[in-house]
Amino acid sequence: MFRRLSDHASSEVTFTFDGLPVTASAGDSVAAALLAAGVRACRTTPVSGAPRGPYCMMGVCFECLVRIDGMDNCQGCLVTVQEGMKVESQRGSPTLATEPAQ
Amino acid sequence: MTEGILRRERGIADLADEYDVIVVGAGPAGLSAATTLAEAKARTLLVDENQTPGGQIYRAVTLAQPVDRQRLGEEYWRGRIIAEDFLRSAAEYAPAASAWSIQPLQNEVGRTIGHEVGLSSNGMARLIRARQVVLATGALERPFPIPGWTLPGVMTAGAAQIALKTSTLVPSGKVVIAGTGPLLYLLAAQLIEAGATVSAVLDTTPRENWLRAFRHAPGFLVSPYLAKGLRLLGTVQRRTRVIRWVSALAAEGEGGLREVTWRTDGREHRMPADLLLLHQGVVPNVNFSNAAGCAHEWDKTQLTFRPRVDEWSASSVVGLSLAGDGTGIGGAEAAAIQGRIAGLGCASQLGLIAPAERDRSAVPLRNSLARAMRGRRFLDELYRPGKAFRVPQDSDTIVCRCEEISVGQIRASVNAGAGGPNQMKVFLRCGMGPCQGRLCGLTVTELIADERSRHPSEIGYYRLRFPIKPLKLRELAALPQTETAKVAVLADLADTHHSADLNERKPQ
Ligand SMILES: Cc1cc2nc3c(=O)[nH]c(=O)nc-3n(C[C@H](O)[C@@H](O)[C@H](O)COP(=O)(O)OP(=O)(O)OC[C@H]3O[C@@H](n4cnc5c(N)ncnc54)[C@H](O)[C@@H]3O)c2cc1C
Ligand code: FES
Repeated sequence: MFRRLSDHASSEVTFTFDGLPVTASAGDSVAAALLAAGVRACRTTPVSGAPRGPYCMMGVCFECLVRIDGMDNCQGCLVTVQEGMKVESQRGSPTLATEPAQ
Repeated sequence: MTEGILRRERGIADLADEYDVIVVGAGPAGLSAATTLAEAKARTLLVDENQTPGGQIYRAVTLAQPVDRQRLGEEYWRGRIIAEDFLRSAAEYAPAASAWSIQPLQNEVGRTIGHEVGLSSNGMARLIRARQVVLATGALERPFPIPGWTLPGVMTAGAAQIALKTSTLVPSGKVVIAGTGPLLYLLAAQLIEAGATVSAVLDTTPRENWLRAFRHAPGFLVSPYLAKGLRLLGTVQRRTRVIRWVSALAAEGEGGLREVTWRTDGREHRMPADLLLLHQGVVPNVNFSNAAGCAHEWDKTQLTFRPRVDEWSASSVVGLSLAGDGTGIGGAEAAAIQGRIAGLGCASQLGLIAPAERDRSAVPLRNSLARAMRGRRFLDELYRPGKAFRVPQDSDTIVCRCEEISVGQIRASVNAGAGGPNQMKVFLRCGMGPCQGRLCGLTVTELIADERSRHPSEIGYYRLRFPIKPLKLRELAALPQTETAKVAVLADLADTHHSADLNERKPQ
């Protein structure tokens, strides 16, 4: 779906998506890193359970919602991927219980 | 330049409680407004959701390398000047920060003396005061509701451009680009230049547009758009197949895109695809100005709502100015000039420059603005998306992506008595998901207008409330419990959003 050009020097970052290790470039958004790794769908909808993936990459469509380090409803296209980050696909409607304790 | 960024970059915890001006949006309009204000000695804060300045057109331009100049073009490269001017100014800059509300502050006699702006970043929220606020939040791609547009593998062409600018990602596999608009061929050319192999560009520009646009050709013929447009068209036509007069476009597949189908020359066609990139122009992103209560009007050429602004870019709300493509699509050059004009207007409101000086400084700007707008009308007329692409005919097509509401459901709700978008929201929850109508608002207005045989201006738009972006529990918890904070948050709770969101927002 996407491939990365090799003409920009950038260091590597490793994170996990649904438990599997993924390598990204430092500075990638979570959504871009997933696209580069060939992930098309990152969530299912709360209404019909249909799979969805990033659509706008600019923060307006909310199709890129994922769970990041235990926090639901994160816009993957606006969050920069970090070393060791734990990203999970978001299944349907997350509940309050999944929000980490303060 | 990196040093400049580091020097004035602020996490939101380090921001002052009050500024003379807060500018929201670091595209050409916001950067120019902030630079102008800082030059006038206003204490200025610029906030933007992205990690680096530039907005849409100049996204990631401060990180760009010489190879990007060739790939993305001279126009992109020029954005470095606007960004560098800003970074050299005394304005403070909060990147990776979203603005989610704005509330007027009043003195004892009820006069508005400024605004309180809600910001959040990295799990923290703050309310920051400013005497003047400039919203330069730009545009977004017009909704493109075709059958199958929610399938993974269907994205906007702008999204692919963002992936290229920020992560040097190039579409691969079987790629189809479809739609219309002055940016369609630019986006296609940039992707091809970067090495994407595009199977076809499906051009949906309706035939009859040429006739309508013809009247406005004189302005276009003397504008730089002509040479630029021909060059881009040349690049695209040399490197891929361009198919014109496309109708009945659809994306097909189970669980993800597999094929693109369309009609042209009275026949049906299909083509396998891994990635379909859609684009039919850009429209002002009105969520912020709408929720702030600014007056809007229907633009019958651009077929969109736009906030009303005066000659200094001031909105109908005291102390709140709007600049750039968020006020109507004029392009990057016009956005930058408008930003400067808005900056002068605010500086004068703040008493930092005399009205006479403001007027004098604005004269050359207004001349440049007129020049930059030359040829726009032709583009607007030529690239007006066909009605079937704005008001989908197939009743199963999804309009509201968040709540999965179809054309048929919306038409039925109108027949059941929902006269406008806000009543329809109650019937169907359409527009009440996390995107807050950004991806369905215009379609819903035009669809209801069509069903009721009324003009879109009579139908109106969703009435939006703050926060315009869902807040996280811990961001809410961090807020001081001032009246405005409570109002901003609670007003929205009354309007039950997505259950997921609602859970997120419930104050403890
Ligand atoms: C995806 C896309 C790609 C485009 N690419 C091009 C191009 O290559 N060439 C071209 O000529 N035109 C392009 N345009 C058209 C574009 O509108 C330009 O004309 C120009 O970028 C407009 O400048 P602006 O300053 O008005 O807004 P923008 O450049 O859009 O800048 C607005 C900024 O505000 C930020 N923002 C919005 N809301 C908030 C908020 N609530 N909180 C914090 N920050 C916020 C945005 O993230 C953005 O950085 C593109 C438009 C889109 C939507
Ligand atoms: S992809 Fe649209 S909000 Fe992230």
